[in-house]
Amino acid sequence: MIKKAIRWFKGMTFWKAFFLITIVLGVYSTIVRFMYGLGAATHLSDSFPWGLWIGFDVLCGVGLAAGGFVTAATVHIFHLDDYKSLLRPSILTAFLGYLLVILALVYDLGRPWNIWHPLIMWNPHSVMFEVGWCVMLYTTVLALEFSPVVFERFKLTRAQRIIQTVTVPLVILGVMLSSLHQSSLGSLYLIVPEKMYPLWYSSNLPYLFFLSAVAVGPAMVTIESYFSSRAFNREIELPILTKLGKVTVVALSVYMVIKIEDIISYNLFKYLITFNLEGILFWAEILIGVLIPIILLSNPVIRMNKTWLFYTSMMVVTGFVLNRMNVSITSLEKFYHASYFPKWTEISITLMIVALGFGAFRLIAEHFPVFPEHEKFSASAAHQFEVILTGDGEYTEEQNRRIPLRN
Amino acid sequence: MYKEAAILVDTTQCIGCYACEDACAERWGFPITEIHELSSIKNTVVQNWDGIYVPRLCMHCENPTCSSVCPVGAFQKTPEGPVVYDPNKCIGCRYCMQACPFLVPKYQWNTANPKVTKCDMCYDRITAGKQPACVEACPAQARIFGTRKDLLDEAHKRINQNPTQYYPHVFGEEEAGGTSVIYLSSREFSEIGFHSNLPKHALPQYTWNIMSKIPGYVFWGSTLMTGFWWLTNRKREVARFKNNGKSADEQSKKNK
Repeated sequence: MIKKAIRWFKGMTFWKAFFLITIVLGVYSTIVRFMYGLGAATHLSDSFPWGLWIGFDVLCGVGLAAGGFVTAATVHIFHLDDYKSLLRPSILTAFLGYLLVILALVYDLGRPWNIWHPLIMWNPHSVMFEVGWCVMLYTTVLALEFSPVVFERFKLTRAQRIIQTVTVPLVILGVMLSSLHQSSLGSLYLIVPEKMYPLWYSSNLPYLFFLSAVAVGPAMVTIESYFSSRAFNREIELPILTKLGKVTVVALSVYMVIKIEDIISYNLFKYLITFNLEGILFWAEILIGVLIPIILLSNPVIRMNKTWLFYTSMMVVTGFVLNRMNVSITSLEKFYHASYFPKWTEISITLMIVALGFGAFRLIAEHFPVFPEHEKFSASAAHQFEVILTGDGEYTEEQNRRIPLRN
Repeated sequence: MYKEAAILVDTTQCIGCYACEDACAERWGFPITEIHELSSIKNTVVQNWDGIYVPRLCMHCENPTCSSVCPVGAFQKTPEGPVVYDPNKCIGCRYCMQACPFLVPKYQWNTANPKVTKCDMCYDRITAGKQPACVEACPAQARIFGTRKDLLDEAHKRINQNPTQYYPHVFGEEEAGGTSVIYLSSREFSEIGFHSNLPKHALPQYTWNIMSKIPGYVFWGSTLMTGFWWLTNRKREVARFKNNGKSADEQSKKNK
């Protein structure tokens, strides 16, 4: 253990140093937050009660975990087996994403020790109540959806068989919960029509939030595949990602149609040509996250090019993050006459949470069969090859073929 | 004991003596400050809008947004009239602050165990048959206490008797579905710090429109999903058995 740690420090790279600094600053900010309260650790105030942690950690965190339910539905409900290789990494991302959202909530809630209260104190009129239940239930579902990977790793075949029998109902429940949850984050803002800047308020907010989550799910899976193919030296699943790109185009197009309908029905033309901060950020969000990706991804040449696909997905994700930050922060600043910008401690906690997510993903991907052709890539095990049993306790053809090659 | 208690604030009567602020601070045990803004140590204030003194406090809505949005029901509209807050239930999500159309709930930002603070219309006092502390302290009768119905009648009577003195509108009669703290003014309400773009109906309706669809969505959604699963699964089975050269039905009978 100690030797491992020493080796980790000896092989210090830029990213490792960055990770370490992020954690150290994050721990400091954590102490400030829990010793002296939200006022000391954030720039939140009576006139701006929700900031970066709700806008980024919660709204974006949940949205970016959407790849989980999109791929689970594709594989288990629609039986599109091609996508199977994406299932485990995206379930893992979603699971970690939700755990990190809960962690962020522990920071953001004023009385986090009461976080379980919605279990017994019900208020079905509250969107926040729905959000709370969706987080709890869907995190449980994701844990169960990911459990076969753990059972496989420790060769618990019986547990694996039990979980297999409930896979389909579990996935259906998961799709229901996450679609409810994605849309309910939009519903949170339905009750403040008089406070939001007109470009963002719409009675369609729940549908817009859901559609943008469906669009960003495949984009996140693409980015993740791109990075992990580099980090774990795997081939990228290009033909599948190409098809996923189509899902993004369809979801973004429907999103755009609803957006245009909103612009017409709320008569927003004068706001569209007002280039104040809100106007500019709105155009940025629509161009970067919706219009340009629709144009790019409609082109098969771009869809079939690994690098282009990656950059377009990055645009979709950037636009998505912009949209969530605009809804939760930009759109409310004018009403409150507030100019909220997060304090450095707030940012450092967010960075720490993101860094923990990356770290956990890497650690789990190294030690559990997350990727289909699971290859050990930790420095110690890079040149060993481990035989992995599939669910039936037999070698797959693929592995049979590879064993002699490796030896 | 009062039912549907309310406070009528007649801003034309307020002399700006701040006796209400002091009485309120005493009742809550807050320090007395010269900052006339609602805060975690100030549950009622008197603001000066171009020479007009405007007392502000929680509006105690008939259908309160705070109690609708609170995930744990920490806010309750009591039958006596006040909207009360239970800190023991509160998880500190601050959705009440985000949602309140009158920007009333405030937060104890600088403690590790924070609460939401707002006026509770002296719930303990009025259930004991007394008046709220601010009403009792007011030397100018700018705040009067009674049932909502009586006070609305009184407000309209004052407007009718003195049409030159009053702006012809009772703020809080319909705003956000009606409030238990109602206002009279000599000027338009937007000129004395009130938001004029509030809807006439209660705000919780906006969310209930969508929340009430959830059970139906879950039922039909999961049915549809199961249907899709069955269809694609069947398609695959059929394809597999066709490859074996036998009809699917035959094969599935055999399996049984």
